[in-house]
Parts: sequence; C-alpha cells; structure tokens
Amino acid sequence: MEERNNQNRAPIYEALEEFRDARVVPFDVPGHKRGRGNRELAEFLGERCVSIDVNSMKPLDNLCHPISVIREAEILAAEAFGSANAFFMVGGTTSAVQSMVLSACKRGDKIILPRNVHRSVINALVLNGAIPVYVNPEVDQRLGISLGMRFSQVKEAIEQNPDAACVLVNNPTYYGICSDLKGIVKLAHDAGMLVLADEAHGTHFYFGKGLPISAMRSGADMSSVSMHKSGGSLTQSSFLLTGENVHPGHVRQVINLTQTTSGSYLLMSSLDISRRNLALHGKEIFEQVKFLAEYARGEINEIGGYYAFGKEIVDKEAIYDFDPTKLSVHTLDIGLAGIEVYDLLRDEYDIQIEFGDLGNILAYISIGDRIQEVERLVSALGEIERNFRKSKAGMLSQEYIPPDVVVSPQEAFYAKKESLPRRETLHRISSEFVMCYPPGIPILAPGERITQEILDYIAYAKEKGCSLTGPEDEDIDNLNVLK
Amino acid sequence: MDLWFSELQTENVKLSIRVDRQIFSQQSEVQRIDVFESREFGRILSLDGHIMLTERDEYIYDEMITHVPMAVHKNAKNILVIGAGDGGVVRELTRYDRVESIDLVEMDPLVVEVCREYLPQNACRLDDPRVSLHYENGLKFLRKKENSYDLIIVDSNDPFGPQEGLFTKEFYGNCFKSLREDGIMVNQQGSPFYEEDARACKRSHKRIVSTFPISRVYQAHIPTYAAGYWLFGFASKKYHPVDDLDAASWSMLGLHTQYYTTKLHQGAFFLPAYLEEMLKSVE
Repeated sequence: MEERNNQNRAPIYEALEEFRDARVVPFDVPGHKRGRGNRELAEFLGERCVSIDVNSMKPLDNLCHPISVIREAEILAAEAFGSANAFFMVGGTTSAVQSMVLSACKRGDKIILPRNVHRSVINALVLNGAIPVYVNPEVDQRLGISLGMRFSQVKEAIEQNPDAACVLVNNPTYYGICSDLKGIVKLAHDAGMLVLADEAHGTHFYFGKGLPISAMRSGADMSSVSMHKSGGSLTQSSFLLTGENVHPGHVRQVINLTQTTSGSYLLMSSLDISRRNLALHGKEIFEQVKFLAEYARGEINEIGGYYAFGKEIVDKEAIYDFDPTKLSVHTLDIGLAGIEVYDLLRDEYDIQIEFGDLGNILAYISIGDRIQEVERLVSALGEIERNFRKSKAGMLSQEYIPPDVVVSPQEAFYAKKESLPRRETLHRISSEFVMCYPPGIPILAPGERITQEILDYIAYAKEKGCSLTGPEDEDIDNLNVLK
Repeated sequence: MDLWFSELQTENVKLSIRVDRQIFSQQSEVQRIDVFESREFGRILSLDGHIMLTERDEYIYDEMITHVPMAVHKNAKNILVIGAGDGGVVRELTRYDRVESIDLVEMDPLVVEVCREYLPQNACRLDDPRVSLHYENGLKFLRKKENSYDLIIVDSNDPFGPQEGLFTKEFYGNCFKSLREDGIMVNQQGSPFYEEDARACKRSHKRIVSTFPISRVYQAHIPTYAAGYWLFGFASKKYHPVDDLDAASWSMLGLHTQYYTTKLHQGAFFLPAYLEEMLKSVE
C-alpha cells in the first residue's frame, strides 16, 4: 500500500509550486525572468507557464546529475513502469532511442532490428557506427503494412549473427502490431544479447488492462517510452527505462553526451504529473480509450468500403499481438490512398488525423478524446465514401522494400558523395534517408543500394501527396549518392 | 429580491433578466440545465448558462423554424427534428394533419424530462402518437438513414458547445443523404451581429452551400437571443423558399400563428446589405 501511495506524489511539480511561493529573486537564466522581459510571450503562454520556466538550481535539482527532486521523480517513474531505473528525457523519444542504442552498442557492433524502425534508430547508427542486421518484416498483402518480426526470423538472425550486441524491437509498430517480445527476450538473453524496445507507441501498455505486454514486464533491458503520445505529457517529453542488466551510471553518461544541460521544467513537470495521473488512473483512462477505438472500428466497418482492423488480424506469428487502442483504417477499397483520405479529412471536414500512408490512415485516439469527436470522424469518413469514392484500379499498396545494405549508415553518411538527379541514381548507394513523414520509417537509409522499385515508390508517394523528407534536396529531385 | 440572470452575449455585452426564483438546476451528463421564473419573460430554460428559450418569446423561433419549410413543402410527411428537446418545434409540427411521423433526436434525456415538468407550454405534444423520441447523438442517428425524410429541422443550440458536431460539413452531408429528392433542411444559423457569432454563421453557411443546390438564409427578431436578431438556414434539393411558397394553400389550413404569416415568410428572406455581403463572401 505504501508504494501505491507514493504514486500520489509528484516531486518536481511540488518543488516548482514551493519555488513559486518563495518568490525568489532571479539573477540567473533564463533572461526573460518569469516572463517580465517578454510580455508578448507571457501573454501568449500564460503567466503560470512562464513563471516555472526556470533554470536548474539546488531546490529544483539538475537533470544532468539528479540527486533530489528529479531523482525522486525518476524513482517514482521507475516504480510506476516496473523498471529498475527511469530517466527523464527532454529531447523527445528520439533522444531516448538514441541514448538506448548508444548505450547498448558501439562502432562495428551488430544490432539486429526490423527494417520498419523509426528514423531515430538508424540516426543513432550514423552516430555510433554500429552495423544494422535487418530482419525483413512481412507485409500484410491486403493492408500493405509492415508487420512485426516472426520469432523464427529473429531466431535465425541471432543464430547467423552470434556476435551481435543487441536486438531492437518495436513494441508496437505505429499501426499497433507487436512481435513476440517475451520470446525474443528469452532468445536474445540466451545468446548474451541485450533487448531494446522502441515503445514510442506503447506507454499505455504499462497501465491499461487487456493490452499487449510491455517491454519491462517481458524482461527487455531498455525501452524508450513516448509519454507525450499516449501518456498525456507535453510534446518532446519522454522516458528511457532500463532493467537490472543495464548500469544506470553508464546510461546517464551516454544521455549526457547529447542531452541539453538546460532541461526544461515545463517538460519535466509534465512528465511528473502525467506519470502520477497514469499510475493512479491509467487503468480507467485506457479502458475508455479502448472503448472509443473499438466503437469507432465497429461504426467505420459498418459504413462499407473501409476496413478498420482490430484484434482479428492477430496470427501469433508476424502479428503476435495487436494494440486495440490503435485506430487504423484501410482505405484502398474505396479507391482512395490513405494520404488522400487524410487530406480530405483536413481540407473538407476540419479533422486532423495522425497520418495517411498509401493504403491506410491512422487516427490517434487517446486520453483526451470524447465520443462526440469520434462521431464526427466516423461521419466524415462516411461522407468521404459517399462523395469521393473512386475505382480501385491502379492503386499501389506495397509499403515495404527489402533493403540492400552495402555499407554501414555511418560510413555512408560521412563518405565522399555527389548529388544526382533522382532517376540517374539507379544502382548507386545512397548517403541519405528518404521517408514519408509521418510515419518516419525509411524507404531508403544511408548505405543502401537504390533500386528501380525504390525509385518507383518515391515517385508514386510524391504524386499522391505524401510528405517526403530526409534528403538535402527538399523536393527530392536530387539524391546524394556515394562517389 | 434583486436577483438577476445574466448571459454574456459577447465578452463585453450582457443581457440581464430579473429572476423571481430558480426552479430547477442540475448537471446532466452533457450540460448544466437551469430553469428560472421571471416576471418579464416567464420561465426561462438555460443550458450551460445560455438562454435556450423563454415562455414569452419562444413562439417566434418555433414558428419560424417550422412553418417556413412546411409552407413550401406541401407533402412533408416524414420529419426529423434534431435537438429541440423542449418540444416547441414538435408542438408546431403536430398541428399539421398531413404529418405522419416525427423523429425527435435529443442527446440529453434530462432536457426532455425538465421541459415536460416545467415547460408544459413547449413539451405539451411530445406524447403525440406520431412522435418518436430518440436519445442519441444526431450525427450517429443520421449515419444509418438514407432517403428517409421530407424535412429535417436542426434545432441545435451552440456551435461551440456539446452540439458542435451539428454545425459541421459531415453533419450537413448526412442530412442531404437522409433527405428525399425534394427534401428540405432548416437549421438555426445563429446571430450575425457580433463578430464571433458572425464567424460561426459564415462557417456553417459555407458548409451548407457546398452541400445543397439551394441554400438561402432568413431572419427573425428574437428578443432574448444575441443582439435580438436571429438567422435560419433554408437548404433544399428542389424547392425554392420564396418561389415555391404556396401562400393560398397554407392559409387554407387555417393555422393560427402569432409571428409567422406568409407575407412575413417572403420578407424574411430579404436581408440587410451587410448580411448579403457577408454571406456572399463564402458562397
């Protein structure tokens, strides 16, 4: 009971409240001095908000070396998530993922990972020079989405690369698809490898019932958790969780290589307060989120033409489990690419969803949603079906192209290169990323050979209006390739 | 007693009515519901602090939103009313013998209960055998309907409140789909006078214009609504609100009204210049 009660506390928040009451005179940074020096900003964000935008100091602890209130808040977070340690991250889950990868492997080490990882993972490989060993995820032929890693595929990869340092797993993918994390942890640990989880889309697994297993419960060694996605904290705030096998001092050192020394108390207090909220009310909150997503799925499937997929796609193989809070809808059967439905929802119906890819849309349902907005989304989809439906002919859905890794991401990124018109890059080795954002999963990563399939895919995605990012040339008419 | 109920019409303008006593107050699942007794306006129904109706001037609203489309569409028999849990619109509709069915969709059961108890002048015909009550979200109710109604009356209250979904393009699209080929949709379009209201008014007009082939706006003077000046939208698949008005046959029905006349009907569609301009800017 004692432990449960502790979760009522929010040490950073409490320290900030106390600090505000103390009316300390600031002769330190930030220079706006509680907003007085920037009235417009204070008015826009609110007095209460700017008055706690303060610097590290004794009563408020220091993110680089936490010993008091931040440390306490980290201990409470670790308890709430069931991890040995928890680290407050203020550079987004990107920084958590990078710190995780940088802690677990180094230059020349192999890391086993699915290809449908977030760009931040491969970015980390550019930084540390580790070599990716991709497990090619299967693609669901109907939905055109990349799935999880099969247990047998991971087993094979581990057997073929017994020298690999670690295995990275998406838990879940953007679309809510999980691999057999517990099985993979056992395999990897038996082979002496660490297991890292990208749980950017899995915060709720730690608190809700009837959801896929969380990384820490499955025995994984490290996990990056996007509190700001399903957890309700401010954008850019995140947790890095570690298990018993990982030395917290080493992780702290790695984090401090790249993380700011001026950690934002807005972000840290939002993590603290959100953790408390989830620990105390998470179960009911995610019951409601699940209910809304399931309700929307049922209603959308009744419209006809759309397929809002749910738990029925679980096959215990490449789809080991499915996160029922995710609302993904397959749109190709009404003759519209997901990205087209995404644009229509925004332009015609003032509804902003998370993303649309070639075959699907994803609407993010969370802690802040109400039934009346869900009704709007469902009705707008019905209207799009009625007013914009087209023939399905000529629609492309293939989303996954197996990469041909020729050199390591780091080598390719720093190599001598030249910029060529896109169509002249066939068979060359790319030195940069190309991806649709969101979801931010690379079509091409540094060090990979450019194939006709990839060039066709880029052209089609551009034509459909996907927002393509990565290359130096923003229009992606030119690509940088190795000389 | 010096007890006043005030509603902010904008941040800087308020309407205050001296209240004799508060008769009812409760928070439902959707909103706060209050009923006041006043000397000038009789009983007042307020939702989330906004006046929905008063006994003294509700007839203007209820007559104008009902008789205008009913005098144009002479075969309107199957009717859907969304919102309007007070029953005023239903009361006016049940005066027509030709009406065969009225579906009333109201999201908050407590509103209906309160009006039955405290506003019998409005709720008096809710038990008419032609009326079916549905306690449901309007958008959801409409999704499953197609080609089912001659007339849809949208009596939603506030474009920024819990009924925001009834001011959206997806809602108007669903109304279009649910109407027969000569169907009409009438909605309350708010007050055009104050800036924030005007913006909301423009937004919904724009959405209706893009959904229906015929879309006109008409006006009425309603003392307790913002600026005392209120607009209604008339959207239709076939009938023109003025050209297709058959004044003689409406008069033959012999319905006694306090505000509506067939002459006023025509005049109500002639708008002030600033309003014509404002509406044209989004058409």
